[in-house]
Amino acid sequence: MSKQQQDKLRRLRFEIFRYNPQDENSEPHTDVFEIEETPFMTLFIALNKIRETLDPGLQFDFACRSAICGSCGMLVNGRPALACRTLTSDLPEEITLYPLPAFKLVGDLSVDTGTWFREMAERTQAWIHERLPFDPQAIEERMSDDIAAAIYEGDRCIECGCCVASCGVANIDDGFLAGAGMNRVARFMIDPRDARTDADWFDVVAGEQGVFGCYGMMACADVCPKELPLLEVYAYLRRKTLRARFIAADNKQKD
Amino acid sequence: MSSRLVTTDVLVVGGGLAGERCAMEAAAAGHEVLILSLVPPRRSHSCAAQGGMQASLANCVKAEGDNPVVHFLDTVRGSDWGADQEVANIFADEAPVAVRELAHFGVPWSRVRGGKNKYFIKGEEVEIDEALDNDGLIGQRDFGGTAKWRACYAAAGTGHAALYAVDSEVVRLGVTVQDRTEAVSLIHDGTRCLGAVVRCLRTGRHFAVMAKATVIASGGYGRIYGQYTSNAVINEGTGASIALDTGIVPLGNMEAVQFHPTTLMPSGILVTEGCRGDGGYLLDKNMNRFMVEAEPEKQELASRDVVSRHMVQCMRDGNGVDSPYGPHLWLDIRHIGEEHLRTKLLEVWDICRDFLGINPAEELVPVRPTQHYSMGGIRVNKDGEAYGLAGLFAVGEAACWDMHGFNRLGGNSLAETLVSGRLVGRRVAEIVAGLQLRADTGIALDAVNAAENRAAAWLGRNGDGRSVYDLRDALGEVMMHRVGIFRTGDELEDAVAEIAQLLDDCNTAVLRCKDPGVNPELAFALRLKGMLRLAMTVAMGALARTESRGAHFRTDFPLRNDDDWLNRTLVRWGADEDEPRFSYEPVGLIDLPPGHRGYGSDERIEMQQSIDTYNESVLASQSREGRIETAEVIGTRLKRGAWQSYVS
Repeated sequence: MSKQQQDKLRRLRFEIFRYNPQDENSEPHTDVFEIEETPFMTLFIALNKIRETLDPGLQFDFACRSAICGSCGMLVNGRPALACRTLTSDLPEEITLYPLPAFKLVGDLSVDTGTWFREMAERTQAWIHERLPFDPQAIEERMSDDIAAAIYEGDRCIECGCCVASCGVANIDDGFLAGAGMNRVARFMIDPRDARTDADWFDVVAGEQGVFGCYGMMACADVCPKELPLLEVYAYLRRKTLRARFIAADNKQKD
Repeated sequence: MSSRLVTTDVLVVGGGLAGERCAMEAAAAGHEVLILSLVPPRRSHSCAAQGGMQASLANCVKAEGDNPVVHFLDTVRGSDWGADQEVANIFADEAPVAVRELAHFGVPWSRVRGGKNKYFIKGEEVEIDEALDNDGLIGQRDFGGTAKWRACYAAAGTGHAALYAVDSEVVRLGVTVQDRTEAVSLIHDGTRCLGAVVRCLRTGRHFAVMAKATVIASGGYGRIYGQYTSNAVINEGTGASIALDTGIVPLGNMEAVQFHPTTLMPSGILVTEGCRGDGGYLLDKNMNRFMVEAEPEKQELASRDVVSRHMVQCMRDGNGVDSPYGPHLWLDIRHIGEEHLRTKLLEVWDICRDFLGINPAEELVPVRPTQHYSMGGIRVNKDGEAYGLAGLFAVGEAACWDMHGFNRLGGNSLAETLVSGRLVGRRVAEIVAGLQLRADTGIALDAVNAAENRAAAWLGRNGDGRSVYDLRDALGEVMMHRVGIFRTGDELEDAVAEIAQLLDDCNTAVLRCKDPGVNPELAFALRLKGMLRLAMTVAMGALARTESRGAHFRTDFPLRNDDDWLNRTLVRWGADEDEPRFSYEPVGLIDLPPGHRGYGSDERIEMQQSIDTYNESVLASQSREGRIETAEVIGTRLKRGAWQSYVS
């Protein structure tokens, strides 16, 4: 607990985006708030302090405040990040906060990620397409611990939306799957319990809103708070998609 | 949605694991289901469950010989005999199915690796040869208060993986989920629940949802402990609170509040029991493993109530580590090694790095006990139907079903959400199939008007009253320091008086934000009175219970008293009533006689009446308290005497 206690505590200056789309008199602007830093201060603590002492109408979202629920993605000094785990000691004393772009604004720093992720899940049918119905009497199907670990790695996405907000394509095309969507697809593709074949996946990921819509800037991989290997995810999906295309072409020739 | 009146077959309040699993069952049976959630469902607090889900699969060497009877024994002992033993038995029987069903839904359970495995057990590194036959079965780790390794896990993100899998099924079934909505009152006619008044948190608008069945799955009330909780900021007990407001539905065992031994200093963020299950130690300031002396048998893996008390005692004895935030102890997981920490305990690794900037493979983790789980909640029968109001159900942490009694075992609540979600969902589906919707619009619109008036009253009030956040913080201090891990009559009396004062102050508190639409201060203010009322039921229940049982420990009555207190506290408190009304019912049919838990104190006051006499009174007493008839009569799911082969 030493690092923070030794650091000099500062007066922090927050410049925060404000706009309430529900209010026709509201205009997008920023407000400035100043508060004193405390040891181990996170943006969760700072924003609540601002709301509770300076502006009770300020909108933002937190739930778990431990970087696992994904509620609090926002632009911190221009970069998508989880506010709850961002320590102010890692930031300069002037901090700007904006809502994540690419999502519908609820108000101030709050955005509607729920609708985006539900639509993505429906479009990619992001559930196990099982081979057989569940048998409550049977013991579980075996799986190697290595495969379980690989699926778990993909399952670690917390749907915070940081990758979507950082994505050049997702910001101009609402339907682009972006890092989180691609990761979700890849997670089911590697799951042996899912009966879908490469050909089944082809339509989901091959189009302009799928893997080939990516311009390759890979900001998603830079900002992912869970450090998911999104570069590898894109590469994997491109390989699988092309393979499905070649096999389909091959089969056609044989016909 | 702009209508003031919406109808559905089944209304589920809460989008966590219990609510969604219940919704799935009703939707799969063809009923229209609407889920309300404060947050997008995958952000529900179920996602924070880390270390595991208990089910007696007996998949590894240290789980050999496990079965539902042994799981039942551990659960009843863990509850300090406060559990309903029939419910504990249903739970233990069905938990393996629930875990395997999750595998079917896609949860990437960590798996057994056949061959040599290295484990840490009671401070020793041991090598165990797992049978090659078991390779690839669902893996299990040790947890507190269990005879066998039983906690199935997906690294340290078990709740997250489970919630995502179940939510995927909800999406597949096309169930409507309205996030950023909150149920603010129940609509009922005195005998039947007709739905709920809902406030949209995007617009501030109120509307009524009329339903054939209403299921409350809103989680626990940890936030009445202010900052002294591992819970998410959304765990404000709103579901229990709106049930209490009816004055008809009782809450059960509100004083039974669990404190988790290892939450991070100073934030209160959970550090899983899996750390100790996988071989972690607790150390005092002198680097002494105080739990070895305190509990030679279970050591760090005694139940949570016992470990938390030893930790607080250790700090009171001056052996805590000083910090600007008060004393703490150390969790030592260095010896477990970086590879294990970065795979099987990855979430713990992340939390240590993100919130403290430390590497737990090299540094000690500062921890202390804080509030973690609400054993109390809406009292329901074994089908999940609430006492007093037909058509109202509760599942998961919001309910007092009651398999946890006065102390829940780690990993049992995650399993409960799935087991009870399935069972209660099935029962809801059956009941709804035979019902016509009673859209009594008069009652519903009156309830909507009343909710609108409450919001308007907050906005219209001026003066120099206290801020709602000030009241929230004051409540947290009272609860942690007067209604905490060690309780005494004097301090509880102070707490009751202080909470009464806070309730008075709440009536004159003033909002600074007067926006009638989206207004985070108003949204919180509308919950505050309910939180204070829940806190009052906890404090008064604790004051009345002059014994120590599970997590409820009275230093002035340190013994468990099975003669006077082998019962469940019930409390009713209508929104317009001055005082809560307390009553007591038997815990349920007793099969395993009260005895020593195997850890903690072996002293207790014995029950004088015979178990047969006790059991004869159960049904009549519970029916008097409003227990609604169950599909199967009471006692059918007990396996009487099955435990005898497992008790020496």
